[in-house]
Amino acid sequence: MKILVCISHVPDTTAKINFTAGGAALDPNGVQFVINPYDEFGLTKALHLKEKHGGQVTVITFGDATVEATLRKALAIGADDAVRLDGVPTDPMQVAGELAAYAKDQGFDLIICGQESIDYNGGIVPGALAALMNLPFVNACIGLEVDGSNAQLLREIDGGKEQISAALPIVIGGKKGLVEESELRIPNMRGIMTARTKPLAVTPLSGSAALTAASGFTKPAAKAAVQLIDSSNLDELVRRLHEEAKVI
Amino acid sequence: MVLIFAETWNGAFKKSTFEAVQYGAACADAQGSTAVAVVFGPCTPPVESLGAYGASKVIHLHGSDRFEPSAFAQALADLAKELQASQIIVSGTANGKSLAGVLAATSGAAAVSNVTALPRSYSPLTVERSAFSSKGIEQCTSTASCTVLVLIPNALGLKPSSDARAAFEDRNISLAPKSHVGEAHVASGKIPLPEAERVVSAGRGMKAPENWNLVEELAAVLNAGTACSKPVSDIGWRPHSEHVGQTGIQINPQLYIAIGISGAIQHLAGVSGSKTIVVINNDPEAPFFKAADYGIVGDAFDVLPRLTAALKAHLS
Repeated sequence: MKILVCISHVPDTTAKINFTAGGAALDPNGVQFVINPYDEFGLTKALHLKEKHGGQVTVITFGDATVEATLRKALAIGADDAVRLDGVPTDPMQVAGELAAYAKDQGFDLIICGQESIDYNGGIVPGALAALMNLPFVNACIGLEVDGSNAQLLREIDGGKEQISAALPIVIGGKKGLVEESELRIPNMRGIMTARTKPLAVTPLSGSAALTAASGFTKPAAKAAVQLIDSSNLDELVRRLHEEAKVI
Repeated sequence: MVLIFAETWNGAFKKSTFEAVQYGAACADAQGSTAVAVVFGPCTPPVESLGAYGASKVIHLHGSDRFEPSAFAQALADLAKELQASQIIVSGTANGKSLAGVLAATSGAAAVSNVTALPRSYSPLTVERSAFSSKGIEQCTSTASCTVLVLIPNALGLKPSSDARAAFEDRNISLAPKSHVGEAHVASGKIPLPEAERVVSAGRGMKAPENWNLVEELAAVLNAGTACSKPVSDIGWRPHSEHVGQTGIQINPQLYIAIGISGAIQHLAGVSGSKTIVVINNDPEAPFFKAADYGIVGDAFDVLPRLTAALKAHLS
């Protein structure tokens, strides 16, 4: 099986988010970047499938040279090779367009994305990539088994789940459930050493247009300090939820 | 004009569908154009009832029962082209999120998700969206002639409806799904978390799964959905489908009550879109209190039955 795992290079969940002067962009100073957690579930699933069916796992991301550390981490976890689309992404349709331009002639059986990235929380790229490649798409994918040229999938729906089957190749937007958190792999020393010599190709962009642009970022207003209510006076909580917060 | 994906579930409209129609109608009003809602498949309430939320017309497509993103996207893209839509409105439900990217690519549109407010301007289209797991607010400008806007459910209040009726048109279509959608399993009698207006959630502070009746009783009084923290779903006390947080489900209810949850940042990333947060924890140092509007330092087994009784008295 030939599997492509699309990776986003994102601020760690615990990072403090600040914006540059005038709110033009994310300020990367002091921010630790990681593999997008949704993508990490997908990468681990790809490695499981490779171990079961044989094949090759390629990871790809779109970014400047600073994202290579994240690609090397994916190689250390077990991916066979990596691709960096050389540019600075600004829009989901541009990202999907560049991924599709790269992937269209490569004969991938399966393309795994995370259902969203935890930086811009867009969730647009996976479905757009599927449509641009004219492939089936399963989002919020929490189960995936491959049987010959077909895939059996589970999709999370509001309040439950749904069974789906599709002929390969397919694109999925994955999340926890593809594998469990306990199955995620931490790179070991051997992985880190071999990752240094695995191929990392830098590919020029194909020229997909960005259709949106951020015109500014702000932080939400700070929350007022918590109002502590004595546990012996729950009627007071009920009163405030009714009169102040107006939620009951 | 503005096109709206009017999602149904089990032949009925969802609350998030009314929000999408109301949003689309407000966009259409601001641009002096019309709002057209699209309904797929069997629908028990009369489709023209969407006029109550501002739709001027409803197109009811027959020949499509189950949601499949490629098929629904093609049908909507065809309509967007025929009617020259400048915006396509989708609510960010499970199906809406599946649809949005496919729809944008199929119709050559831009896409802006996590939308939290009406556009600030229409030429060019500039709209506010939530980013960085609610730690940032982005003003996003689209330069495309058509833009798919994906709304956060519950972010915009639903105005009381009128009894206006929309014009409607039936069309038969033949869709070409790219995947086969099989059996669905939905927990009966439960309120789906992404669209629940109130959510009661609990963590390891409940000590054992058999104590969840206290959580469920509180939720029942509030007509709330029930949720849990990640450790609780990881150890199997509660199903994964109840896990709210970064790798679980993201919610934006009006009221979120967290019981015995310390408030790890990964948990907050999934719930900080909540309008009002109440934290009940016996540890006064629990970090969740910093993110709460109201806090009660106390033992869940003491507080929950009394809170349930107090709310029952208030609501009756």
